[in-house]
Amino acid sequence: MTSIDKTSMQRIVIVGAGPAGVRAAETLVAAGVVPVVIDEAPRAGGQIYRQPPADAGFARSKRTLYGMEAGKADAVHSTMARMLPKLDYRPDTLVWGCGAGQLDTFHAGRQRTVPYSHLLIATGATDRILPFPGWTLPGVYTLGAAQIALKAQGCSIGRRVVLAGTGPLLYLVAYQYAKAGAQVEAILDTNPFSHQFAATPRLLRQPSTFAKGLYYVGWLAARGVRIERGVTLVRATGDRAVQAMTYRDGDRELTIPCDAIGFGYGLRSETQLADLAGCRFRFDPLNRAWLPERDTAGRTSVPGVYLAGDGAGIAGADAAELAGRRAALAMLEDLGHRAANAQAHVVKLDRQLANIAKFRIGLEQAFAPHLDCASHWPDDMTVCRCEEIDAGTLRRCIRGGEASEINRLKALTRVGMGRCQGRMCGAATAELLSAETGKPIAEVGRLRGQAPIKPVPLSIALMAELDEAPDHLAAIPEHARDE
Amino acid sequence: MNETLRFDVLVVGGGLVGSSAALMLAKRGLKVGLFERRYCGAQASGVNYGGVRRQGRPAEQLPLAVRARRIWDRLPELVGTDGEFVVSGHLRLARSVADLAALEAYAQMANPFGLDLQLLSGPTFRRRYPWLGAAALGGSLCPGDGHANPRVVSPAFARAARAAGADVREQTAVTNIVYAGERFVVEARHDSGAMIEAQADWLVNAAGAWGNTVAGYFGESVPMEPIYPNMWVTEPLPYFIDHNLGVYGGGIYARQVARGNVVIGGGRGSGDGEYAQPLTETTRMVMRAACALLPGLKDALLLRSWTGVEGSTPDDNPVIGFSRTTPRLLHAFGFSGGGFLLAPGVGQVLSDLVVDGTTTTTIDAFSIERFA
Amino acid sequence: MTTNPSAASADKPQFVRLTEAHRKQVGLTVDGVAITALTGDTVLSAILLHTRRVRDTEFSGEPRAGFCLMGACQDCWVQLEEGERIRACSTFVKEGMHVLTRPAGAVEA
Repeated sequence: MTSIDKTSMQRIVIVGAGPAGVRAAETLVAAGVVPVVIDEAPRAGGQIYRQPPADAGFARSKRTLYGMEAGKADAVHSTMARMLPKLDYRPDTLVWGCGAGQLDTFHAGRQRTVPYSHLLIATGATDRILPFPGWTLPGVYTLGAAQIALKAQGCSIGRRVVLAGTGPLLYLVAYQYAKAGAQVEAILDTNPFSHQFAATPRLLRQPSTFAKGLYYVGWLAARGVRIERGVTLVRATGDRAVQAMTYRDGDRELTIPCDAIGFGYGLRSETQLADLAGCRFRFDPLNRAWLPERDTAGRTSVPGVYLAGDGAGIAGADAAELAGRRAALAMLEDLGHRAANAQAHVVKLDRQLANIAKFRIGLEQAFAPHLDCASHWPDDMTVCRCEEIDAGTLRRCIRGGEASEINRLKALTRVGMGRCQGRMCGAATAELLSAETGKPIAEVGRLRGQAPIKPVPLSIALMAELDEAPDHLAAIPEHARDE
Repeated sequence: MNETLRFDVLVVGGGLVGSSAALMLAKRGLKVGLFERRYCGAQASGVNYGGVRRQGRPAEQLPLAVRARRIWDRLPELVGTDGEFVVSGHLRLARSVADLAALEAYAQMANPFGLDLQLLSGPTFRRRYPWLGAAALGGSLCPGDGHANPRVVSPAFARAARAAGADVREQTAVTNIVYAGERFVVEARHDSGAMIEAQADWLVNAAGAWGNTVAGYFGESVPMEPIYPNMWVTEPLPYFIDHNLGVYGGGIYARQVARGNVVIGGGRGSGDGEYAQPLTETTRMVMRAACALLPGLKDALLLRSWTGVEGSTPDDNPVIGFSRTTPRLLHAFGFSGGGFLLAPGVGQVLSDLVVDGTTTTTIDAFSIERFA
Repeated sequence: MTTNPSAASADKPQFVRLTEAHRKQVGLTVDGVAITALTGDTVLSAILLHTRRVRDTEFSGEPRAGFCLMGACQDCWVQLEEGERIRACSTFVKEGMHVLTRPAGAVEA
């Protein structure tokens, strides 16, 4: 068995301390590597196993926080805790840029450049959002936000909560909310039950996950929580904050008074770092999104860069743990390290991941996003919430023949140019472009990651990690500058 | 599907120079074609800083700059949008007494061209600009200069060219050009795979950083290097920067747009001549300079950085004018980071050269002969 | 559509504390008004446990109250009195914090 040459210049870096990053770190540590593990959050666990703040007096048990996933959450947390002496762990650290073997990170107001020879990107996901009129009102949140408010802060997002959209998260959050004593006014699922029924054969590939899903729905129904299926979200209304949600069921429009809405249509991968790292992307029809290319092991088109977890395509927490291990094994193999049981391990992981992949197809079938939504958006509905760009502005630009591709549309209308860099409006903009041009969504282009991938203050440049000559400005002939 | 086309003039390159040339030529009644291998205005024309500036240019550029500046006032009528052009004035800052003296000398040279430069320093300057850092001792203000949005202006010229009758083809890359039988025969390929053959009496080489590729078909070449201007932008901020700002001696330039974002450039990113990325080192260096110049920015959030590919010549002047080797071939490229203001004027000059064979604007200093 | 005075809607709290209310209290001010939060609250939670607005947009001035709670949407940036910008959903409250939810006005040297 060959071991890692610890004196070499290898710098092995993992971005993300969710289930994928933690299991990757565990696999590397077991092989004698000391990886750098960088995470934006103060504590490990990612979003799904997000922990409340430490040393703040939070007292709920893991059982209360994570329900049936408590065992898995605890395992990820304790694994990380045990590994701490063997890691270079950097929490509360934003990786904002990447290129040419270096990461730009930001921690406690300072820039820190982290070189890498091998990089695992395990940056997870956010909610996938498709807007409806009124979605920018105070009181309207994502399903993920609703879950975080409860898990990490012990709060409900409102007194009378409507949960809407589609996906397994919809029912999980409703269950968690109702169990915690929040008032869930209604669950509005845009998918009819028939979709879920038809997906059953595939969903049975992960029987315990499927059973949990059925359990949540059954529990909610038994408690009389209102569940409406196959509905369309029409609008949220309210004066300066949400006061009601209107939806359509067949040809009836119904309105539910509420003071909070949590909505989402599954998840979307955070791929900006993979983009900056130079990975080749491909449109993935199942995720209905552009994703960095990866082989079954998690290798990308860039030697030394690997992907694992929801940051490379949505597959859930169990798959993330497996993919983290699998990518770490690939990295070790590429480093010339041969562990005793690596091959058997790899075969098993690949089989488990393939099974989950089939399950995911079933999930997308059961909880398909509304494909025709864009044509129903009124012109005055905000699409880009950062820049306040409405659907009418986008349509005028497209119909005027000025843009048939997403980057041109962005340049001309400012959609996607705001602080969130298109995370919240990118999917919607692509759907709208596809609807207006008739082009398949895979052909309307993709928004590119740009550094910093999240905003950083200019003062980051004032406290340098390394000394810099204060007046060292690039010498450019004065009259030749692009002024 | 293949196509055969016939034009009076074919323009290669759909940046601001090519698009304005196509527009001006079409307006003068010529049958114009334009081939752009990606999207019009997406290269240097779309990623540059956006300064619409005469001040600071060398004497030989001023006649062209003055002519171009007049066109900027007519943008709405010419291309249907003002492109967010604001006559904010351009304030060129001095960091030392020597800088101030240099600005004085420049004003003496440039004012006869109508730039109306005003020099400020001392307590008047401090009172007028409380938001400038102490490192700025004074400056030279050109009240008639300003800035605009390059992402909007460049495509607008291409659209206007189309509306004026030019056949503007995007995603259409030129694969070969020969001059035969007194005309240019151009082969091009659309991204879809369709092949195009175009014949034209005149050819305009407005291929920007790739100008040498086109010049090469005619045995010409210019010592041009690709440069990658490093740019970044802040979140929207309460409005406080009155002018388009530059610094004598270089290194940083800043402007605040109507929506409040502050656009800042300086230094170089990196690239391979085709694609480019901003460089963190450069961005941070310029961020420090920005905080020194504009102390109020230090808490502002940086939203994104970008760069693009521009062609730069050894004397930082463009190549404009007739080919040395081939009749009715006009070059207009190599603007070395200073093309945004000039481009509409260049388009007019090129249309003069095609229609009249000559132009009243002095462009001798830009002849390709100087690199022979 | 509602018969309640619409002004009342925006002045009520958005979030509801369901549990974990026993934690140590933290005093801070928001736009000069003193409020009490609990250790481990984010600035966003602290604000939204009192009102339904965190910031106004730059362009239309419409109110926002955060959206994703996970640092992705960037819709909850506020400012400390000293000038530092903070993302409310990912910043924990500290005793004596002075938070501003409206811009400080014209920027000065």
